[in-house]
Amino acid sequence: MALPGIAIPDQAAAPKLQVTNLGVVFQGNDKTIAALDNINLEISDGEFVCLVGPSGCGKSTLLNAMGGFLSPTSGSVSIDGELVSGPDSRRILVFQEHGVFPWLTVEGNIGFGLAKLSRSERAQRIAHYVELVQLQGFERSYPSDLSGGMKQRLQVARALAVNPDVLFLDEPFGALDSITRVMMRGELLRIWQAERRTILCVTHDIDEAVQLADRVVVLSSRPARIQNVLTIDIPHPRNISSPRYLTLRDELLKMIGLAYEI
Amino acid sequence: MKRSRQENLLEKWLLPLVAVAVLLAVWHYSVLMTGTRVFPSPLSVWRGILELLHKHVLWADISDSLRRVVIGFAAATVVGVPLGLCLGWFPSLHQVVNPVLELLRPISPIAWIPVSIIFFGIGDPAAIFLIFLGSVFPIVVAAASGVSSVPPLFRRAGRNFGLTNAQLLRRVIFPAALPQILIGLRISLGIAWLVVVAAEMIAVDSGLGYLVIDSRNSGKRYDLVVAAMLIIGIIGLVLDSVFRLVERIRSVRWGFRHAA
Repeated sequence: MALPGIAIPDQAAAPKLQVTNLGVVFQGNDKTIAALDNINLEISDGEFVCLVGPSGCGKSTLLNAMGGFLSPTSGSVSIDGELVSGPDSRRILVFQEHGVFPWLTVEGNIGFGLAKLSRSERAQRIAHYVELVQLQGFERSYPSDLSGGMKQRLQVARALAVNPDVLFLDEPFGALDSITRVMMRGELLRIWQAERRTILCVTHDIDEAVQLADRVVVLSSRPARIQNVLTIDIPHPRNISSPRYLTLRDELLKMIGLAYEI
Repeated sequence: MKRSRQENLLEKWLLPLVAVAVLLAVWHYSVLMTGTRVFPSPLSVWRGILELLHKHVLWADISDSLRRVVIGFAAATVVGVPLGLCLGWFPSLHQVVNPVLELLRPISPIAWIPVSIIFFGIGDPAAIFLIFLGSVFPIVVAAASGVSSVPPLFRRAGRNFGLTNAQLLRRVIFPAALPQILIGLRISLGIAWLVVVAAEMIAVDSGLGYLVIDSRNSGKRYDLVVAAMLIIGIIGLVLDSVFRLVERIRSVRWGFRHAA
């Protein structure tokens, strides 16, 4: 179901997001910490890319720089050829948990970024995303009445409702229990296939990356550099016990430097 | 395990009523046993209340006290909430203003009575000024700390949707800080009710505080003194209960664990 004003992007177009020689250095009181070093990355429209890397390597820093929350020390980020210079509703960051506003209902949260729309347009958009993330019947509920997985679906709906060009997910399911996490992967995939947004997802879950992504970008330890890029050439739905899946999974583990036999 | 209705009823209503009854009994028999002629028994206090009602002075005094509290508290809210929001929003301003606030805050409003009489003379404005002074500081402090303790995640989420500073303050910071602000308001309303009684004893010639001091001064009517004290207590309890109802509104309830 397509809504007016929400175009389904053309996959064959030029790079949606371009990261060029990106570097971020944090200035401390008595020392400087290089977080990102010369990152170059091109992501096409509608692509699903996962970022993996050792803990503390700068994955979130990269996401923040791409989202405009952080000014890069060197290099640049552009989306559709336009330089990213600050936060903007055309690119939305989805945080781990607790990102939804507890004082607003499900409807209020989804409609948060839609203040400029007319009342009827807003209601239509809200209804569409309530249905997409399957929160029907909870429209008037507050986040405190929702489970962790429902809150994350709500956050994704709130992000998608403003029709962003790019969605940045920062370990979106990191705080959920393992069963909910697996279910949420399926949900995210379904939503992505329905909406075809460009998604960049930071994760530390190897399976999540191989199950979801078109490409997995492997970052080195700090300062983060792109160490490897793995293309996952398995169509969805992916059989997680197929030989190809297991080969790619092992390959990714090797790239990260983890033995796949423990 | 869910508790039965009877258990809840017992704990919520019956036991507190028993406690009140025991207190009244202890009071009654203490007066009897000591044979005091100064301190009134519960029964003579009850007769005192009826006498006040009969003379139609009680409602006038209650409404005078409430009017002063409402005006003083409203003024404190109108000044305190925006000031607190500003201080929380601009940490550098907070640093500049904080020493003055911290210096003024511990001064009891009672200590301001002579000064307020110099400023406003005997009358309503003096009492209202004292109520304002007593209640404005907790509101400022609650609003400022409410703003500064808004999780950065909410600010970032708000910014992400392209909100300007004014929109962020109105749509994210204020609702996120609202539960703390309401706590500050509730504390302040309690203080306002304490202060009005004190202020009315000195700075005006009507109201429940005046009733207390006037009953003592003109004829040592301690039955009326204690009657007025009881009414002050009951109204304070009602004010607090009304405010607790506000905390149950859904858009702020998330900030109150006890009500969740």
